[in-house]
Amino acid sequence: MTDALTIAGVTLSSRLFIGTAGYPNQRIMVDAIAASGADLVTLSVRRISLQGHGSDTVRLLAGRRFLPNTAGCETARDAILTAQLAREALGTDWIKVEVIGDRETLYPDVGELLAATRELVDDGFVVLPYCNDDPVVCARLADLGAAAVMPMGSLIGSGMGVANPGNLELICARSPVPVIVDAGIGTASDAVIAMECGASGVLLNTAVAKADDPVRMAHAMRYAVKAGWNARQAGRIARRGRAEPSSPQLGLVGS
Amino acid sequence: MKLIVNGQERDSAAATLDALWREETAELDLPNTKGFAIALNGKVVRQPDWAKTSLSDDDRVEIIRAFAGG
Repeated sequence: MTDALTIAGVTLSSRLFIGTAGYPNQRIMVDAIAASGADLVTLSVRRISLQGHGSDTVRLLAGRRFLPNTAGCETARDAILTAQLAREALGTDWIKVEVIGDRETLYPDVGELLAATRELVDDGFVVLPYCNDDPVVCARLADLGAAAVMPMGSLIGSGMGVANPGNLELICARSPVPVIVDAGIGTASDAVIAMECGASGVLLNTAVAKADDPVRMAHAMRYAVKAGWNARQAGRIARRGRAEPSSPQLGLVGS
Repeated sequence: MKLIVNGQERDSAAATLDALWREETAELDLPNTKGFAIALNGKVVRQPDWAKTSLSDDDRVEIIRAFAGG
């Protein structure tokens, strides 16, 4: 299948985007990301500390396309400065905008998210906002110029999968920009369901980083995203409430 | 001079952003500035301008690096 995902004029080699946080060690992170086949990897931006843990992430991932995030920001103002710092640090104008409204659920603050998206689009960023699985919010973000929308499958880090497949179907059917399901993926079948709902891609981190065998789970996710995409493109059969024999009914042996 | 660096008060002799950068990262043994960025009073200062950007009392400086993230 050659039907690749294109965002803001850039064609990506995989519909799976993967995070770089929380792996047992950096070797496993690098191997898992290689096994995932993802070419877009997410990073965060943090104040420096002399402890230096995680310091080599950028060098270790040279050659991949970076999608820095504004994770942890609670206001549009902080998210905008974080995005501008990320652009300077990494030389990319792509940004995953995340503005958190509640530390407990990590639900987005929609008002701040819309404000940050508007301003960052004006500033020339390719904006991919992490947002609620709400068709209206997704539409507003696309109206403001978001290059893709990234509704949550379920709560960040929860592994609860796609909590509302009906909403996701609606969002995907109506969105003028690619829909990337971000957050909540727990295992391969969750990624398949997201793609079967019509998503253009999946962004995940914890499901791979915290699996017993991250490299193997990354491999599973790579094929789950492809399987879900192909199933969606192929078109599933209608559900029916009764059996329909698949073998011919003529020429049965016996009476 | 009193600065606020990454949210903490700091007494520094650094006259420019570049001097402060070298002071703050001396122990990190960095080959280059890739993956790092600095904001002064809420505005990003591009790396080529660090040496010509002077500091004054009560300046707020953010020095960041790209880090693992999801």
